[in-house]
Amino acid sequence: MALTNEIIKQRLTEKFGEQVSNFEEPYGMLTFEAPKELNLKVLNFLYDDEELKFRFMTDLCGVHYPDNKGKELAVVYHLHNMVDNIRIRFKVFTDIDQPDIYTATGLFSAANWMERETYDFYGVNFVGHPKLKRILNVDEMDYFPLRKEFPLEDQTRVDKDDEMFGRG
Amino acid sequence: MSEQHIKLPEGSIEKTTTTLNLGPTHPATHGVMQNVLELDGERIVSTEQTIGYIHRAFEKIAERRPLYQITTLTDRLNYCSSPINNMGWHLTCEKLLGVKTPKRVDYLRVIIMELSRISDHLICNSIVGVDAGAYTGFLYVMQYRELIYEIYEEVCGARLTTNMGRIGGFERNFNNIAFEKIEKFLKEYPKVLKEFENLFQRNRIFMDRTKGTGAISAERALNYGFTGPNLRAAGVDYDVRVHTPYSSYEDFQFNIPVGTTGDNYDRWLVREQEMWQSLSIIEQAYQKVQEFKGTDADVFHADVPEYYLPEKADVYTKMEALIYHFKIVMGETDIPAGEVYNAVEGGNGELGFYLISDGGRTPYRLHFRRPCFIYYQAFEELTKGAMLSDAIMTMSSLNLIAGELDA
Amino acid sequence: MSRPVSYNLIKKPLESDISIVDMPDGHQGEGFFATSLNKVIGLARKNSIWPLPFATSCCGIEFMATMGSHYDLARFGSERVGFSPRQCDLLMVMGTIAKKMGPVVKQVYLQMAEPRWVIAVGACASSGGIFDTYSVLQGIDQVVPVDVYVPGCPPRPEAIIDGVIRIQELVGKESLRRRNGEQYKLLLESYGIQ
Repeated sequence: MALTNEIIKQRLTEKFGEQVSNFEEPYGMLTFEAPKELNLKVLNFLYDDEELKFRFMTDLCGVHYPDNKGKELAVVYHLHNMVDNIRIRFKVFTDIDQPDIYTATGLFSAANWMERETYDFYGVNFVGHPKLKRILNVDEMDYFPLRKEFPLEDQTRVDKDDEMFGRG
Repeated sequence: MSEQHIKLPEGSIEKTTTTLNLGPTHPATHGVMQNVLELDGERIVSTEQTIGYIHRAFEKIAERRPLYQITTLTDRLNYCSSPINNMGWHLTCEKLLGVKTPKRVDYLRVIIMELSRISDHLICNSIVGVDAGAYTGFLYVMQYRELIYEIYEEVCGARLTTNMGRIGGFERNFNNIAFEKIEKFLKEYPKVLKEFENLFQRNRIFMDRTKGTGAISAERALNYGFTGPNLRAAGVDYDVRVHTPYSSYEDFQFNIPVGTTGDNYDRWLVREQEMWQSLSIIEQAYQKVQEFKGTDADVFHADVPEYYLPEKADVYTKMEALIYHFKIVMGETDIPAGEVYNAVEGGNGELGFYLISDGGRTPYRLHFRRPCFIYYQAFEELTKGAMLSDAIMTMSSLNLIAGELDA
Repeated sequence: MSRPVSYNLIKKPLESDISIVDMPDGHQGEGFFATSLNKVIGLARKNSIWPLPFATSCCGIEFMATMGSHYDLARFGSERVGFSPRQCDLLMVMGTIAKKMGPVVKQVYLQMAEPRWVIAVGACASSGGIFDTYSVLQGIDQVVPVDVYVPGCPPRPEAIIDGVIRIQELVGKESLRRRNGEQYKLLLESYGIQ
């Protein structure tokens, strides 16, 4: 029987019960959420299971929701089952004051730099990462630029007039 | 006596390996990336990459721009094949908005995307030749890239950072001169590609430089998240155009070239064969476009009034067109809320766009899934125990484009 | 409404296309030619500039097209592009320079020997371009003194060649004492270069 979103949802709720929640299907891609302690267990289950076989990590990124108190930073995993051609999206949320999430580099080597980029932009601390340091910004930077409270422009520049750009 | 004057770094006398800094500016790196190599004689023991020398914060800029202004950012991702990035972005927006483009638009998009794929692979393959020491192929092939640039100029006006197309189609219809230039390309290019192949494919020196170096197995490649020609050279036939067809690719007949060992020579061959396949797709698409006659041949965009600027004559006479024109130009159209992930087959692999919108005028979060960034992590594994010159060849055959690495 | 583009329609006879560099003015006689030293040195320097292509992003690809056979830069004397700063005269900075890359540009500029010129190709190198962000240097003139700016995103190869021709004019007219003078020293000190 071909793998469909219904079957994946059923298998996940069988294995994890109430802990996986918020099942949605925006534009055909099954999306669900799990608590951050279980992220490796869910990823391992999706990898090892003979019917689900999500063995390719397409993407790993972070999102900042400053309005969700207690769950401000999200890490979104996109996985792909190439044999049956199904994609799935899986989110974990964490608090901004203690943003620790277990690293997925043991399972997917592709997650290495993607987690460094998420750390660089949002400050998510991946526990167990082999070398978690900034990758795209300068090493001396002391803030996490893609969080919503920081501006896009460099505030110390003198040659551009913010009034002219409508931001003064 | 000498220890009093010269302060040596910690442990440098006991160290048996040499540290060599390759980059960020180096003739062999196409773009700015730094590799610090630990060498034992000529063999590489370990490497450490530093990137971010051209980090332009696209993802943060995109949170402040309406959808059609983000097209100019996507141009600068993989700048050797910018139309593919543009059209990938437009397809993502169309998926979010639920727009269906007419067939003629799809076929024209296919022609442009395959031309830019040829342009990208031409640069990569000829630069592999330059790094192996053969400059002729590069100069010869740049002439035909100029012809591709002329075709882009006829369609959108720019050569390199094209900003081509709009959400729903193109900004103007392809005129006769563009079709003449495409025909000229289709007639002259096969001979050129054959000559280019003859320079390298069975060349003793080139084969010795590239065969057996920088190899990766299919399991490791999949674990590292490889896509595109690098994955196909390792033996896995994953191509987004066939897996999840977009823009009417299912109407075309083409093969996916697949290698065996995943070394530099296989990557070169896979890109070469992909250029032949792209040429055949362009021929088929051109035939299909010529079959639209009469008023069908005037269709060049879908009907998306909120995102596609209306005709100027309508703006001056009709009320709704005036309102839409005003709202689009002032950037006051609200994007429907939702999240979408869409991928296209870029020159280097699966280029994905993850767009989260909360109903405002600009995206809430836009993330680019950049293939170069993901497969450059594997460079250490690809060059373990290899010689220094093999590391140079591996770097150029992986087709690392700095714009896509750092975004 | 694009106008019809015509290419290679009028074939010109080749002899009238070749232009040769003009001789500087001076006194000429049987077996000798007398002119001032800076004119001769200017003439020699300007027609044999060795550029260092510091290509970081998209403008680098337009530079590759400029070096190709269609828009040949080699006919202006820049046949040999070198990647070693010690051997080059002209630093062509092409592409976006991020704040992480700024010290590298300065380092390369410091390693070049006098006389040296800098051309900023593209909008990003001239002023930051479309990237008004926290991580992009808003123009390389924040770190090195620049002689010619070539705007464009990316500039057409013809524009890059125009920039190089203006550099050639600057080189030809430059006084031999300029690099030792007070004004030049003040300029370098304003950038923190001794």
